Parts: sequence; C-alpha cells; structure tokens
Amino acid sequence: MGYFERIFKEPRWGVHPDDHKRPAADAALRLLPPPARVYMPLSQHVGGAARPIVLVGQQVHKGQLLAEAQGNISAPIHAPVSGKVSSIGEVTAPHASGLGFGAIVIDSDFADRWIDTDPVADPFSLSPEEITRRTAAAGVVGLGGATFPSALKFSLGKRLAVGTLIVNGGECEPYLSSDDRIMRDSADQVVDGVRIVMHAIGARVALVGIEDNKPEAIAAMRKAAAAYPEVRIRPVPSRYPMGSDKQLIQALTGKEVPADARAAEVGVLVHNVSTCAAVHQAVRLGRPLVERIVTVNGGAVARPGNIFVPLGTQVDELLAFCGLNEAPSRLILGGPMMGTLLAHGRVPLVKGVSGIIAFDAREAAVPRAGPCVRCGSCTKACPMGLLPLEMAAHIRSGDLAGAVDFSLTDCIACGCCAYVCPSHIPLVQYFSHAKGELAARERTRLRSEAAKRLAEARLIRLERESREKAEAAARRQAERKAAKALAAASASQAQAVVT
Amino acid sequence: MLSAVGTLTTMGLVLGGLLGTAARYLAVEENPIEAELQSLLPGSQCGQCGYVGCAQAAAALARGEALVTLCPPGGKAIAEALAAKLGIKVDLSAVADDGPRLAVVAEEICTGCCRCSKVCSTDAIVGAAKQIHNVIREACTGCGACIERCPTEAMSLVPLPVTLQHWIWPMPANV
Repeated sequence: MGYFERIFKEPRWGVHPDDHKRPAADAALRLLPPPARVYMPLSQHVGGAARPIVLVGQQVHKGQLLAEAQGNISAPIHAPVSGKVSSIGEVTAPHASGLGFGAIVIDSDFADRWIDTDPVADPFSLSPEEITRRTAAAGVVGLGGATFPSALKFSLGKRLAVGTLIVNGGECEPYLSSDDRIMRDSADQVVDGVRIVMHAIGARVALVGIEDNKPEAIAAMRKAAAAYPEVRIRPVPSRYPMGSDKQLIQALTGKEVPADARAAEVGVLVHNVSTCAAVHQAVRLGRPLVERIVTVNGGAVARPGNIFVPLGTQVDELLAFCGLNEAPSRLILGGPMMGTLLAHGRVPLVKGVSGIIAFDAREAAVPRAGPCVRCGSCTKACPMGLLPLEMAAHIRSGDLAGAVDFSLTDCIACGCCAYVCPSHIPLVQYFSHAKGELAARERTRLRSEAAKRLAEARLIRLERESREKAEAAARRQAERKAAKALAAASASQAQAVVT
Repeated sequence: MLSAVGTLTTMGLVLGGLLGTAARYLAVEENPIEAELQSLLPGSQCGQCGYVGCAQAAAALARGEALVTLCPPGGKAIAEALAAKLGIKVDLSAVADDGPRLAVVAEEICTGCCRCSKVCSTDAIVGAAKQIHNVIREACTGCGACIERCPTEAMSLVPLPVTLQHWIWPMPANV
C-alpha cells in the first residue's frame, strides 16, 4: 500500500496491535487424531439449546444427528466421531463464568465411520430454499464467533432482497490464523461456498474482504475466484477491528449500518470465510458441521499452528497435542481482544471457537489500573465513535441510564479502548457488567409483566369458576325442583287412579 | 386601544371561567401517580406489604401513608424505582434483598393437599389432589405466600439459580 493510501484511506478508528500471527499461520495444517472422548454441547449457537434425540449407550456414526434444533432460532448438533454415547449431562461451558451446560458425551471407537451422506453434484440446480434447508440441517452457524444459525441469515437475506454478499476474511484479531489457513489451503471450497451462499440469498456480487497482512490468502483466493467475476477479492487495510461486520461493510461498500439496524437493511449480508467453507461441505458433500480449524497459539505453546479438530474435543487435549513450554498463565478461547477467559482447559471446543491462546507469564502480565487521566485516547480508538471514558465513569458511579445515553448499547466490546488506555482501565469489563445488568433488569421487567398477566388471568379464572359454580348450583336446584314436581304430579296421578 | 384591551380582558375572563368550570367538573378522580406506582409494583397481589393487593399498596404510597420499602418481593430495585417516582430520598441499606427467589417443593414431604396452589397468585404451582406438586419456574414470583400455607413444611424459597444466560460480569474492582 502506497504512502497516499496510508494517509487518506487508512480508517481513522481502531488500533494496530502486533498481530503475532506468524509463525503459527505459516505452519502446515495438522490433523488431531480422533480423541478418545468428545463432549458435544447442546448449545453452541445463539438461540435455544438443541434437544437430544439419542439415548445413552446408543452407537452413533460420525455426522449422525445427536440433537435437533428447538425453537425458531436454534441449530442441530451432530456426532463429531463415531462411537457410543456414554452419557448426557452437564459439562463446564467454555465461558468466563465457569458454569455448566448440557452436553452429549461420546466415547470414540476410533473408526471414524461416516454416516451415508447425501452429496449434491450441482448445488446451483437446487432451489434457494433447499440450500437453506440443507444448511440448517447440517447445523452450520457463523464460524467467525457470533455463532448465529446461518440458514436463518439466508432466509433473511432472501426476504430483504440483499444484493451484495460480504465475505469476512478479515480475521483482525491478533494470534488467530484459522481463516487465513482455510483460504490458503481450501480456497476452492471457500469460493464454491461463497457462490452457493450467493445462490441461496439471490445476491449478485460477493465482496471478499481480506486484511492485507495475509498476502498468501489473497493470492490463493484470487486464483480460485478467477473464473467467477461475481466473486471479487478485496484486500482491506490491516486494522483492528476490521473483521467486525459493521466496520468491514463500511470499508468495502462505504455504507454505514445504522445503530439499531441489521446489515441486511443496508442491502448486504456478512458471512465468514469458514462459514462459507462449511456451507460448501454441507450442501455439496452433505456433511454436517462436526470439525473445524482451530489456531493454537501463544507463548506457552511449543508448536503453535492450525489444527483440524473434531468439535467437542477438550482444550487440554488440543494443548497437549501442540505441546506446552510451561503451564499457561492465561488461557483464552478466541482472540486476545474479544476472546473468552477460561479458568481451566477441561472445557470442550465449540463451533464458534477459532483459536486457543495460551499465554506465558510475560504475555499474561496485567498492569495495575490507574485513574482516568481524560486523555481521550479511547475516543479516538473507538470504531463505533463512542466515548468510552464517559460511559465507564457513569457505570462506575452506578448510573447505567447515563451510560445508555452515551450509546452503551452500540458498543461492540472490541476492546480497542482498553487496549490504548494509558491507565490500563478495564473499560470493556465495565461495559460488559453494565450490559449484563441492563439485560437482567429487562428480564426482571418482563418477568413482573408476565406475573401481572398471570395474576389477572387467575382473577378472571376465579370469577369464571365461581360464576360457573353458581350456575351449576342453580341448574341442579331447578332440576331437583322439576323432579320433585314431576314426582308430585305422578303421585297425585297414581292417587287419582287408586281412587 | 381601549377596544383591544377590552377584547383581550373579556376573552381572558371568559376562557378563564371556562377553564375553572372544566377543572371542577371534569376533574380526574384518581391520583394519576397511583397508576404509575402500581405499574412499578410486581402485581402478584401477594399481600406481604399488609395491603390487600398491589393497587391498594399503590394508593397508600400515593397518599404518603406507606414507605417505599413496603414491597418485600420487589427488594431494592423496586424501592429505588418507587423513591425515584415519588421524588424522595431513601436509605436502602436496611432493605433486606437476597435477590430474586423461587419457591421449590420438597417432593418427599409433599402430601398433595393442594393448599399451596390455591394461594398462588400467578398459578405457578401445578398438581392434583394426592399428587406431588411442582413449581413452574417461569411463573413463580418468589412472593412466599405458599410457604405459610403448607401443612408439612414442604415448600421453601431458594435463590434463583445462576445459569449461563443469567450470569453477568462483575464490576471491576475499584481503582
């Protein structure tokens, strides 16, 4: 990129951390041998948890449906290895809270026998609805980390007549290179997936945004897309958070997504490159989403790189496969900027995990937080144009409504503000706390509204019951009276006969 | 000039008279703050405040006869909201608030007498005669009305369990 572009085209928001992507990104993809036991969580997506349909003790093949989608927003779960279902219960979730959630545990038989798949030779002969149905059945969710069921986005794009598909190959988080690897190694699959998604949503063009720190991926994708002029590869400046959908849309189309709107409302839809590859697998090969590429990186890892892993594998097992120089001082699922802090490695890998980062003591050192000096660095870094220092000050003093007035709800929790803060204030934690607290208040409000409705319904029921009781009593009384009158009449008749 | 002054004075008198009459004859009987206060209260009509239901409690609050801390199931959050609505300052340190709670049935003690389900103001308890009763979590308001009614002490209140969906990040330690 020339000097001119550097000054005029470089976005004014965001930060530019050391990316630490190499040498892990350059190491060849390795395969993890099937683990002895996998823990397949029922909730690996946004929305309702899947409902198990297998029984303990049942033999399953790889790719067999374990749990079906439940509710409007949900996704099914499939077996990542062949073997026997050994239990269905609670495991520790890959979540900062360390709480548990439901999972299906499978003991592998190491045979890796696939189910009979239903490949499609020409997906473009299928109707868009059929592609959406197949994608939903394969349990494909957004693999960039948002884990929103992809099929729902297809129907949304189709309904809103989205003209442009944005393919997110930004991968702006430092240390991660799983999208880079899939574009380098399987560019043909990615491009095929992109074209299938375009067919499903009826888009005319696809813009593939790839950060310019991945020249190999750009070259591979250009080569794979050479035959398809509708798929355009667009290098974008390396700037965190370029991989966030609103920022990428703005960089590629110049359109800004309004604060309370979805991307589809400005005529674009964003899908991650790995999601497109999963759609290729699901539609063309009929294979559900049961494996993915995960980056293992960080100072504590002896042989960092990208590994092809069955979902449900424990983090510790993957770390052992890559070797550890020392016990990790901090374990993060996802990238260092937005990833999930883990208390320990005995948690399963889920669909949305693009990397595991094991920091050594030097990398994990957290400087002590000081008071805000109102330097304004955070406002310059914020990609959403917010005032993080003001929001944090309001939250600290317990004034959540004040923080919302400063557009707390537009915060994407990218962490740029905390990254640049010279006082090392944990700004994102303030925002996460406040968002959680606001959500809890909203839940309480909904709950009390529901309670009011129930209380009113009960009063109506009680009234109706007492009315019905009174009516029934009146009816019975009338019946008795009629019976008595009838008896009296027949008695007098009998008497008349006798006399 | 005199005619202008005269016209305006007459208009003023006539319109003023009209407004005065309207204020007397079309006056709103209910204190409008009452409805607003009632919308803040839980609405489960549990009666723990000592009033018959939430509407009566709201009326007492509007008249200034009750304290904003009257609602035990509402806890601190509702006391705060009521105080803000009434524009008064209140010391909340004395309010006992263990967070949202939930009624549970000890199944081994429950005799299936149906007494608890009759007092539940949100119909959150299900079960027939001589069958073990159970609480519908989503409908229970944690008001505790059923606890007193149970002849075998099978009902108790427990804190609402924290799940992945309910967990929130703690506030960072103060610097």
